Amino acid sequence: MTSKPLKAVGEEVWKTKIDKVNAELVALTYGSLVAQLCRDFENNYDRVNEQLDKMGYNIGLRLIEDFLARSGIGRCSSFKDTAEVISKVGFKMFLNVVPRVSNWSADGKTFSLYIDDNPLADFVELPPQSENLWYSNIYCGVLRGALEMTQMQVHAEFVSDVLQGHAATEIKVQLLQILKDEIPAAEE
Amino acid sequence: MAILSLYILNKSGGLVYQRDFTEKLNKLSANDYLVLAGTFHGIHVIASKISPVSHSSGIKSIDSSTFSLHCLQTPTGIKFLLVTDPGQSNAHLLLSKIYQLYADYVMKNPFHQLEMPIRSDQFNRQLTIYASST
Repeated sequence: MTSKPLKAVGEEVWKTKIDKVNAELVALTYGSLVAQLCRDFENNYDRVNEQLDKMGYNIGLRLIEDFLARSGIGRCSSFKDTAEVISKVGFKMFLNVVPRVSNWSADGKTFSLYIDDNPLADFVELPPQSENLWYSNIYCGVLRGALEMTQMQVHAEFVSDVLQGHAATEIKVQLLQILKDEIPAAEE
Repeated sequence: MAILSLYILNKSGGLVYQRDFTEKLNKLSANDYLVLAGTFHGIHVIASKISPVSHSSGIKSIDSSTFSLHCLQTPTGIKFLLVTDPGQSNAHLLLSKIYQLYADYVMKNPFHQLEMPIRSDQFNRQLTIYASST
């Protein structure tokens, strides 16, 4: 962890160390990818969700190095810190949004990220009968992959999405276990 | 030229990249480089275990009269070992820049297989540019 406030770290990395691309290009690319998956799996949305999660996982495994290298953030001292870092630095750095962290469980192992302005979903209106589709499910995979590389096994899933007519877009993240054997020596 | 050579170890201590930046170093056999990497990995673990103070960071640098070796271990367990001329005070900055090059040109290449040896012309080129600018 750094001594600077996380919000400032996120702002600084976003301003000085990140190459920007056109947001619409990203939204359109992601949209055509999801639409193609829906066609390929003949609107079997459970399988589409699963594929998006897998793709995100593979991104997360790689993205974590970029995150660590550019932000200079070290090991978090608690899962609460991890949640703050994900929101204020991780999401800020790659998507320029800062989801609200809330809804902590009593044991401190489950929290929710509320994404108020989801850049992937800018132009999206879901087709009829697609209640099972979590359009932005790639986020869940990214979180799972990135946290696994830093020795935290988590389960991440959407519980609501404004695209589905819900009041908020909420991702629930649950810490399953810390992979103690995988923590590099001198890092505990 | 401050940088003499660079070693990158994956999280199990396997050597995935080795490169000399000067002609004056003796070349070892491929196997010797692997042994060198594995040995350092082991010593790093032991050093952190025998530390009298808990939360030791392990070996950060080794200094001799003719060279210094600096180690950066990332939270994901990758180790970057940089061999430089002795008394290089900014080695930490060099290492963090090299980590960024790795994040860009190795990890973002979709065809790079994780944990496997790094074969990337782009990474080589960028390192050359960076090493000659230091």
